[in-house]
Amino acid sequence: MNRRHFLKGATTLSVGASFLPLAKLLPTASAASQETAVVVIGGTINSLDIHRSGTNRDSYQVAINCYDRLVSFGTKRMPDGSLSYDFDNVQPELAESWEISDDGTVMTFIIREGATFWDRKPVTAKDVKWSLDRAVSLGGFPTVQMKAGRLESPEQFEVVDDRTFRITLPFPSKLALPDLATPIPIIINSEVAKANATEEDPWATEYLHRNPAGSGAYKVARWSPGEQLVYERNPDWAAGELPGYQRVIVREVPSQSTRRALIERGSVSASHNIPNKDAKELASKAGVKVVSTPIENCIYSLCTNLEFEPFKDKRVRQAVAWSIPYQKIFEQAAYEQGVPMWGGPDTVDDIKWPQKSPYQQNLYKARALMAEAGYKDGFKVPLSFNLSHADWAEPAALQIQSGLAEIGIEATIEKIPGANWRTIALVEKKLPLHLENFGGWLNTPDYYFFWAYIKGNLFNSYNYDNPEMARLVDETLDMAMDHPDYKRNVTRMIELAFDDIPRIPLWQPTLNVAFNDKVEGYEYWFHRQMDIRALEPA
Amino acid sequence: MPPILDRLRKVALRLLQAVPTVFGILVVCFLLTRALPGDPAAYFAGDMADAESIEQLRQEMGLDQPLPVQFLSYLKDLAQGDLGMAVSTGQPVMSELANRLPASLELTLGALLLSFLIAVPLGVLAATRPNTWVDHLCRFLVTAGVSLPTFFTGLALMYVFYYLLSWAPAPMGRLDFMYLPPDPVTGFLTIDAIIAGDWEVLGAALAQLALPLITLALFTLAPIARMTRAAMLQTLSSDFVRTARAAGLSNRRVLITYAFRNALLPVVTTLGMVFSFVLGANVLVEKVFAWPGIGSFAVEALVVSDYAAVQGFVLSMALLFVALNLLIDVIYTLIDPRVGEEA
Amino acid sequence: MTSPATSAMPAGPARTSYWQHLRHVASENPVTGLAFALFALFIGMALFGPYLVPFDPLATDVGPALQAPGAAHWFGTDQLGRDVFSRVVVATRLDLLISVSAVAISFVLGSVMGCFAGYFGGWTDRITGRVVDTIMAFPLFVLAMGIVAAAGNTVENIVYATAIINLPFYARMARAEVSIRRNAGFVQAARLSGNSELRVLFGHIFPNTLPPMMVQISLNMGWAILNAAGLSFIGLGVQPPAPEWGIMVAEGANFIISGEWWLVIFPGMALMLAVFTFNLIGDGLRDLVDPQRRT
Repeated sequence: MNRRHFLKGATTLSVGASFLPLAKLLPTASAASQETAVVVIGGTINSLDIHRSGTNRDSYQVAINCYDRLVSFGTKRMPDGSLSYDFDNVQPELAESWEISDDGTVMTFIIREGATFWDRKPVTAKDVKWSLDRAVSLGGFPTVQMKAGRLESPEQFEVVDDRTFRITLPFPSKLALPDLATPIPIIINSEVAKANATEEDPWATEYLHRNPAGSGAYKVARWSPGEQLVYERNPDWAAGELPGYQRVIVREVPSQSTRRALIERGSVSASHNIPNKDAKELASKAGVKVVSTPIENCIYSLCTNLEFEPFKDKRVRQAVAWSIPYQKIFEQAAYEQGVPMWGGPDTVDDIKWPQKSPYQQNLYKARALMAEAGYKDGFKVPLSFNLSHADWAEPAALQIQSGLAEIGIEATIEKIPGANWRTIALVEKKLPLHLENFGGWLNTPDYYFFWAYIKGNLFNSYNYDNPEMARLVDETLDMAMDHPDYKRNVTRMIELAFDDIPRIPLWQPTLNVAFNDKVEGYEYWFHRQMDIRALEPA
Repeated sequence: MPPILDRLRKVALRLLQAVPTVFGILVVCFLLTRALPGDPAAYFAGDMADAESIEQLRQEMGLDQPLPVQFLSYLKDLAQGDLGMAVSTGQPVMSELANRLPASLELTLGALLLSFLIAVPLGVLAATRPNTWVDHLCRFLVTAGVSLPTFFTGLALMYVFYYLLSWAPAPMGRLDFMYLPPDPVTGFLTIDAIIAGDWEVLGAALAQLALPLITLALFTLAPIARMTRAAMLQTLSSDFVRTARAAGLSNRRVLITYAFRNALLPVVTTLGMVFSFVLGANVLVEKVFAWPGIGSFAVEALVVSDYAAVQGFVLSMALLFVALNLLIDVIYTLIDPRVGEEA
Repeated sequence: MTSPATSAMPAGPARTSYWQHLRHVASENPVTGLAFALFALFIGMALFGPYLVPFDPLATDVGPALQAPGAAHWFGTDQLGRDVFSRVVVATRLDLLISVSAVAISFVLGSVMGCFAGYFGGWTDRITGRVVDTIMAFPLFVLAMGIVAAAGNTVENIVYATAIINLPFYARMARAEVSIRRNAGFVQAARLSGNSELRVLFGHIFPNTLPPMMVQISLNMGWAILNAAGLSFIGLGVQPPAPEWGIMVAEGANFIISGEWWLVIFPGMALMLAVFTFNLIGDGLRDLVDPQRRT
């Protein structure tokens, strides 16, 4: 048995297989020690391959922790002292350097010397090409995300030599390089993958679904679906500093109350994505640290569907925006975790996004607008939200309901199960009034407007259609941020968004993570998953 | 016909009777999953997927076919022992069931056993002293147990015994990280630990089991205790007990040999119903204690309209139920004194 | 127990003796008396509760959010500043509505199915038997979940789902009780005196099945509420902001660890008391309509 096969065997997962050599190490590690961190999550990891269709959000962490990309983002310190990734600072990961041609269409990457996969095979440009080809060819989410960076076909990817890789863009785009730093364009060990590919499954989705083959900082030592995932540090990781923990156990605990009890009692090192109420209360408890970071490019909003008769009139939409008890919602739904998104200036002075809308609760104005639009006596409308977001959406909906009642609109609340939400709200776009939480991975305002304000796009769940907005987004999406027209265009987009107000901003939410005080180094990322590579014992 | 053959024939007949039931379950379950309003293709295509990739996934999942065709291909796969893939967990349904069923069964059967051991004496006690304070107290206790939702009892027990008192281990599934699970033989951690002779793991597994077990047992006390009481009352007032008493047999002998043995029959029959009841309650308890069982799996699958997973779950439950009823029939014949006399 | 005299037929002269019997049962067994008193209290709360409560159960911010019980808010306030006492009282109506209608539907449908199966036997019996087996083979709570998820999240569907999962109990019981009587003497007599089959079945045999059914009904009323509570816990119950005990317990359970116990204890007590009352009434009713089962 050669070494490669041995290692492959060691990372092969089989459920309940306690005879694996790596698993034998487990008992030596007591829960949550200097060596081992235990992270609890509420969701479930359903695949180790981010490219596979059906892979859920919680599984993205495997792409982050077990694989490398060509590039990554740097780190910045937030005003509250916590750490965050830095969208404006692209850093090397598997590529040690890169060059972009003067016309901005050709990007040439030099792969890091000495970078190897877990089986000691050096990372080559061929692996990079195979991996990116896979992302644009498999369809579904990976392909859509690649397209956002103008990476659409295998012809754009070229192997120059073993360590040199070239990407050609159809036109220059500011989104291309950052898109390469998202969790999607991971670099896979193409030889291992190809050895396990079949005719019907040329991209080895069945194999990689259970057996990651990467070069990343952690390997998967054991995966019991629906129960836990055990990461084991890769001592040969080349693309960054060696992580602080030898082993990280991600345990799935579906009950929110149980998760809170666990972190409060110190049984686990970290609890990821805790509710706002817990974040507020745990912050003052001894032995627990809470890091709450405003989620970039994300706003919790109330959306008014333009296909619903009364909302066709801009004045009715504005009336709704003036009727909402924003402060109450912020207190009861957000527990004051987050950034208020109301009561801003009347004019758009800066292109920071998200920013405060000019609206606040003013029932006098709201009633006047309703009367002007001919809806003095109001109307009835269902107010829907996604059941999976009930922790914030339900209290928000109840407050909105009471605000709307003040101006004669009778809203009935409707909870929609998570599975139906996408189809009804985002695909069919037929909910008259609903709460929505879209956030863009790539942190530019035009990217947000592209997804949420262009007719037909997924997160425009309210059928907003404005030719001026469409033209502006089309012009700006690939435009460099230092382009002379950039600021003017974005300002106009924001003005339109606030004046037409199909999507009423409530607040910018936070991602809350609770830690045992023996854990340091946590860093916020746009993908909202735990990057365990940065964690270290205090 | 010799009695053995006769009994075999009865068992075969019983099995045959289950066939239409199982088919009915398949149909109901298939229709029910298809009636779920979500579009699984849209759901599983992911957050940013466009219409084209959703359509592609729909074809892959076979959801573009008419319903009868889907049903036939489902039956065909089933005949080959293929339950399909659970898209929500990314695993074959078969392996999911194989992994999770023992966890749920360990909990359910343990709870039934515990509850049986407590409820039957309580019921007998109440029946021998009807309408006294003992009877009322028993009734109060068991009714209190059944009137609280299991998730509430579970959380309350966890709050007191883990959060406040630290008597119970962290509610994080079947075994603490510190221990290595024994080699799977039955899938029941406790039994596997005994087989392996690993007493430390046995202790740890029992510690994790304690709270969910008590939660479920509290919930099942009532039907068993009440049925025991009612059945005991009935047999105690029956002619043969009166005759036995008149014949001067000791009170204890009458109670145990005559009354209790007869009263056990309806109690065992009730167990079948209670079992189905507990499996349902399991769904909620598993969620609270992060128990990697079949109930929590089914809930998640149902919520995301994961057809294959829901169908596999229901099918396995139905088979289990049929098997259990068969078992009860067998036990029935064993403990029924009349059957014994005939043979 | 083959005598029709034990049936619950509302005959004129029988009524007085019935009340006497009720008094007798209530005085002999104070617990049953208490149960009937509690039942009256619940009915009263369901009918008049909404007019008596100090606050609007739906109004948010009638007090500071998450305030412990005190003079102003007897049961405290919830996370939206709603008065828990008012919500618990007003919820009675919806909860009783759910349980009574669910149980009524399953009782009527189940006994009709069971009566036919038991009386006519043959294929009627076989088909009903298989239908009932099919329902029973599902873990009941999961079946209820499936129905509510598939049909939509409304009060009516919760009622239907609860009715369907309880149906087998009535069908089986009715079948058993009817089949042992279909050739009894009084039935033969009724047939010979020219009554139609249906008349014999529902006029003469069916009333005899009522005593054991009564017990089942009272038990199921409690389960129906618990079932709705369980559905709420996984997010398939009654839509907010309607007050309902189950959903209040389900939501309140999330506040146990953070110490806001009053959110879960009070609706939980109401739920428990209701289930308790129904169970005790079940025993009482059995004593009332079926003296033979008493010792």
